[in-house]
Amino acid sequence: MRVGLVGLGKMGMSHMAMLNAHPEAELVAICDPTPFVPDILGKYTGAAVYADYDDLLRREKLDAVLIATPTKLHAPMVRAALARDLHVFCEKPFCLDPIEGQELADMAQARGLVNQVGYHYRFVGAFREAKRLVAAGVLGRIHHVRAEAYGPVVLRPKGSTWRAAKETGGGCLYDYACHAIDLVGYLFEAPTEVGGSVLNRVFSRQVEDEVYSTLYFPGGATGQLAANWSDESHRKMSARLTLWGENGRMNIDRQELQVFIRDASELSEKLDEGWNVRYTTDMTNEVWYYLRGEEYSEQIDHFIKSIKIGDRNNISSFASAVATDRVAQMISKDAGAGRLSPARGQSEIGAVPSKPKGFFKGLRTALR
Amino acid sequence: MQRILFGDNQFFGVNHMSEEKARTQAMRFQKIEAIIDVLDAAYAEGIRAFMCTTHDRISEVCNHFRANPNQYADFEFYPCMPYAHKYANAVTEHGIVDALKRFLPDDGAIGAMFRGGMSLVRKDISGIAQLLIDAEMKMFHGLSTPVIFLQNVVTDLLLGLGVTDAFKIFADHVRVKYNAEPGFITMNLPKLLETLEGVGIENPIICSNINKIGFRMCGGVAVYEDLLRSRRFRPIAMSVLASGALPAREGLEYVCRQTDVESIVFGASSRSNIRETKRLIDELSAQPEFT
Repeated sequence: MRVGLVGLGKMGMSHMAMLNAHPEAELVAICDPTPFVPDILGKYTGAAVYADYDDLLRREKLDAVLIATPTKLHAPMVRAALARDLHVFCEKPFCLDPIEGQELADMAQARGLVNQVGYHYRFVGAFREAKRLVAAGVLGRIHHVRAEAYGPVVLRPKGSTWRAAKETGGGCLYDYACHAIDLVGYLFEAPTEVGGSVLNRVFSRQVEDEVYSTLYFPGGATGQLAANWSDESHRKMSARLTLWGENGRMNIDRQELQVFIRDASELSEKLDEGWNVRYTTDMTNEVWYYLRGEEYSEQIDHFIKSIKIGDRNNISSFASAVATDRVAQMISKDAGAGRLSPARGQSEIGAVPSKPKGFFKGLRTALR
Repeated sequence: MQRILFGDNQFFGVNHMSEEKARTQAMRFQKIEAIIDVLDAAYAEGIRAFMCTTHDRISEVCNHFRANPNQYADFEFYPCMPYAHKYANAVTEHGIVDALKRFLPDDGAIGAMFRGGMSLVRKDISGIAQLLIDAEMKMFHGLSTPVIFLQNVVTDLLLGLGVTDAFKIFADHVRVKYNAEPGFITMNLPKLLETLEGVGIENPIICSNINKIGFRMCGGVAVYEDLLRSRRFRPIAMSVLASGALPAREGLEYVCRQTDVESIVFGASSRSNIRETKRLIDELSAQPEFT
């Protein structure tokens, strides 16, 4: 299977390593406009190197593309690939405009193409098992959910990548909160309304660093969303989902699944009344190549296998990602563009001079 | 190489079973004294090697050991570089090229290279890699570092990308400049072993998960067991209790039965745990039916 990869940032490189190691995929071309990195990688993998995506599409005979570019570029790149009948894996979030996202989801479906978005938490053993249990009805009617995502991305008032600019799809809402929103859609359903949304800045100049919102679901259930990418108390991103149902409660994160059951007598699943705890070691599948977590490998494998066996029911399809984008847009509108609060100590336009802190300072001093 | 290596995950809030437990550990080991206390306990139990990431806080541990050489006779550090989150977070914040520049000495030459638009040849990559290794090794100055490891996220990224020369560059620099043996940590032992042999790194030290349930052993238990028996390399077993999924005796029994495993790395937070684990490894390693 001939695959092309566009975008060689952190996610792109990580995908590239896994694709390159996948026994059923052949990475034939890579594309990134910056110098150095693509040339080096092209030399080692034998993949053709392109600076221009259209060039790549025109010249290479591909079965699929993997798109890991800044969010703003997703829609046109996905469209161009679908128009050539290529299967597409696109990084999350899918599209800034959900209407355009829906068009692309329809287009992929009409052409019978595999379409997947990189919501890797859907492939984490604990969330997958939680979904199975929820679908089996162990919690009874779910009446409240809490979705959280915390981690250390923006920890000082600077940052020059596309993540620091709203128009390219930066900000905690699209980068972090989307993971939590997507998990709500995966395990439960997408909310149809939101309220009381807050987009706060902590350090960033142009984008929000914190997102809070109340979610309203069609059946009357409610939810709360909290995301903060300026939380240094976490070593890396941590996403957590809590579900409350009439028959119990579930806490899920990457490592653990904790299920509290009130009445086990009617359940088809073997669960005890009270707490049931399952760890990542029981819920994780073996993968062909491990880089940063089984889920990253599994999502790539799912994409490749779906193409191979002709499975069009993707675990993280364009359609489900559009539902997530739609919620993000509702939150953004609800918070109101004008209410984006300035970070403390910053004027609306200029930032306070950046104070080097933490390991950068230590490292620079050490290297001097 | 020492038979037992003391690991450091517990000191930095790394716990593959529970975020809550990870946080509790991070709080407990917030002060460097708490880490030193546990290392003292390990030393008192006869452990002589600390396998640690080049986390900023390890430099404080190094300072303590440097200041008290008589207290820690024959103690060895086995550095694992780099502390990957440091780089990953910098790449997210600044992009790859700018992140790299931040970790390199500001002497103008490297910056000029990136600005100049020239293509990077092997010599340049090798030069950059050496500077990065030296930056990570600075904290161990004056301490014994007989084995220096490439951390698994980096090993496995380079391995997946096929940038195999990097392993040779690392091995050569570590041997020449630090008079140390290069070691490689991986979650993909079969592929790495083949690759290292391919670039001429013979009988390599490779640290990988080796546990009874095959947790994070890409290729599976049977393949690993076969490699242990049939191939020439110096294996170090980590995650021998599969992140706590296996009881200590059961997990250690399995790994000690793999007689080709040269060393075992484990982490613990209490003296009683350290003593018990070490006692079990010593006992099980000495059992005639296992040798």
